Amino acid sequence: MLRKPGSLSAVAAFVAALAAPAAHAEWGLNMTRGVTQISRDVYSLHMTIFWWCVAIAVFVFGWMVVSLVKFRKSKGAIPDTAMVHSTKAEIIWTVIPVVILVILAVPSARTLIQIDDSSKTQLSIKVTGFQWKWQYDYLDKGVSYFSTLKRDSDAARQMNSGIDVNGVDNYLLDVDNPLVVPVGTKVRVLITAQDVIHAWWVPAFAVKKDAIPGFVNEAWFEVDADKTGTYRGQCTELCGRDHGFMPIVVKAVSKEDFEAWLKAKQDEQKQASLPAPATAG
Amino acid sequence: MGNAHSAHAGHDDHHGAPSSIWARWVTTTNHKDIGTMYLVFAGAMFLIGGLMAMVIRAELFKPGLQFVDPAFFNSMTTVHALAMIFGGMMPAWTGLANWMIPMQVGAPDMALPRLNNFSFWILPFAWLILVATLFMPGGAPAGGWTLYPPLVLQGGDSLPMAIFAVHLMGASSIMGAINVIVTIMNMRAPGMTLLRMPLFCWTWLITAYLLILVMPVLAGAVTMLLTDHFFGTSFFNAAGGGDPVMFQHIFWFFGHPEVYILILPSFGVVSEILPTFSRKPLFGYESMVYATASIGFLSFIVWAHHMFTTGMPLAGELFFMLTTMLIAVPTGVKVFNWSATMWKGSISFEPPMLWAVSFLFMFTIGGFSGLMLAIAPADFQYHDTYFVVAHFHYVLVPGALFAIIGAVYYWLPKWSGHMYNMSLAKWHFWLSTIFVNVLFFPQHFLGLAGMPRRIPDYSTQFADWNMVSSIGAFGFALSQVLFLVLIWKTVKGGAKATDQVWEGARGLEWNLPSPAPYHTWEKAPAEAAIIQASPTGH
Repeated sequence: MLRKPGSLSAVAAFVAALAAPAAHAEWGLNMTRGVTQISRDVYSLHMTIFWWCVAIAVFVFGWMVVSLVKFRKSKGAIPDTAMVHSTKAEIIWTVIPVVILVILAVPSARTLIQIDDSSKTQLSIKVTGFQWKWQYDYLDKGVSYFSTLKRDSDAARQMNSGIDVNGVDNYLLDVDNPLVVPVGTKVRVLITAQDVIHAWWVPAFAVKKDAIPGFVNEAWFEVDADKTGTYRGQCTELCGRDHGFMPIVVKAVSKEDFEAWLKAKQDEQKQASLPAPATAG
Repeated sequence: MGNAHSAHAGHDDHHGAPSSIWARWVTTTNHKDIGTMYLVFAGAMFLIGGLMAMVIRAELFKPGLQFVDPAFFNSMTTVHALAMIFGGMMPAWTGLANWMIPMQVGAPDMALPRLNNFSFWILPFAWLILVATLFMPGGAPAGGWTLYPPLVLQGGDSLPMAIFAVHLMGASSIMGAINVIVTIMNMRAPGMTLLRMPLFCWTWLITAYLLILVMPVLAGAVTMLLTDHFFGTSFFNAAGGGDPVMFQHIFWFFGHPEVYILILPSFGVVSEILPTFSRKPLFGYESMVYATASIGFLSFIVWAHHMFTTGMPLAGELFFMLTTMLIAVPTGVKVFNWSATMWKGSISFEPPMLWAVSFLFMFTIGGFSGLMLAIAPADFQYHDTYFVVAHFHYVLVPGALFAIIGAVYYWLPKWSGHMYNMSLAKWHFWLSTIFVNVLFFPQHFLGLAGMPRRIPDYSTQFADWNMVSSIGAFGFALSQVLFLVLIWKTVKGGAKATDQVWEGARGLEWNLPSPAPYHTWEKAPAEAAIIQASPTGH
């Protein structure tokens, strides 16, 4: 680093200290909209239900607050002890919630049916959960590799490591070998596990499926053609000691870049699987 | 809480409490003493479970691992949940049932007093076994309170101990439930028809049936874990032709009714407190009973909403989504009835009312997030994140626990014969209510932002809200010290409570002296008194 006059570097450090929390911690409040049509549908469903709840809350809590303010004994309120039952009111507050539920159920069922439709996928990847890493198999492509928590995170997360985790890029959310997928392609993931149950979650795709030993679950996603980028998730089913340390990283690249990456990976793995010259067995 | 000096004048206590500690507390068959022991035991377990929560929140105070190994962290989340549910909540409700149900239905005691003694005394031993696993090689169970295989089978020596403890607790709960059902069905005073019972008795009756129906299912599930681990069966082992997801189905067939077992008696307590301090009878008494029964029924057909991500067929997901949404209807009926009870009342804010009103608001918030979680496509994003943690803590802490605390504030003068210090009670209430929201509300944000549950360390983007949540947790825990002080002081002394205690209170228990004598209703109350004390007044 360049040497700077003392006062300037102090100011710089101060600004950096102010900026640091903003860079790492975002006071995040809401779900991501994500980068697939399904994830946007799920987000809008989430917001729809949320606003219905807010509306109901305004009504119910408003009613309660008015009662609590208006009918106080200290204000001389006289109880209306005859007001103990009303069939009409009971019917109204049974029927209206049913109507609201039907209004919510229709788009929910529609989205659920869309999520279930895994036909016409163009690429299949088998995802296998291990304690505590993921394995990705590009079916029929001859490419398979493990994806493990990156070393800098792994070093920093050790008890009393002395490493400031704020200085680690994407602390706990980075891996050595990310899953690489093409954008604008319907990708099917076949999810299973080797030892215990894990769950594969990428919030930006609204995909979360349990990885269950002995069973294969199916999910799919299609990243928007213009949304190349890196998307991160974590294992979301308790799977033992290092459950918190097996992140998922997906790199969505253009179709051309994907083909090039796949080719390179295939060559690399072919190379690696060639019979090695005589060495220790 | 016990009335050690029960030489109460004006009542025929020619046989009062035995003076030897052995007969008074160990071999006792008195429903009040057993109720007290249940409550003290529950309090101790809340303390242990609460300390574990403090370990969790201390570790999560900031990113990085500072205090505990991840394996121990997993033991903490697991045993915290077991302690709070099976050690705290359920015994607390059984304790309240023991104290109040005989007094409310005009019975001299529980129907099966020796069984009552047995069901209580199993519990300390069950918990000794479970807590002992913390000191075993390999540590306490760490697979989550849901005990999912295959993970739980990696647990080592603690597994059979934990399963044995769960069996004992289950047996205790079943005995307690049988006792409640038999008491309510056979021991009501003449003239105490079912529809003259207070809502607390009604909700407990339905809870007791739920307990009897589901505790054996849990026992079956954990026994299958045991045979899978030690006797070579393959119920849940895919390699042997079994299915790990089957465990989840069986577990949640128990587990979902279980959450209603924790919450239904709260509905009862709130349905007693709100009318008292609104000085107006409960609105829609009968519809409250039917709504409770419908919730009890629905609780048996919604279990797989805990398992939307396990890869169920579409038809299954649709079915469980729709039935789960339906629960909002009877729950809504309850909230509306409570609101209508306060409407046109004459409301005052004594401590029990504060807890009940606070329950009303915050339980409803938990209901909203419950409705959101019912929507299966959205659940794919919420499942197993802090959003779920926020949801169930809202229904269990400012929900069920606040109702338990409210019940103690409501009936403590009746039990001890003393009024408590009102300003201490208000401090306890306001601090608890503020901190419980600081503790749990930010967890919604963490979950939506993508933080999974049951992790000991997290990415730095989650740091801010975790710190806020931890501060809330420490504040909430410290506030409970006030509660302990208040109870201690009230049991020891204080202003004399009247028999009626609360101006607007209805129910047979208020016809008894304060403190309630060692034996009550040896002579059944008169029908006229029963009618006058009934929630509807007819």
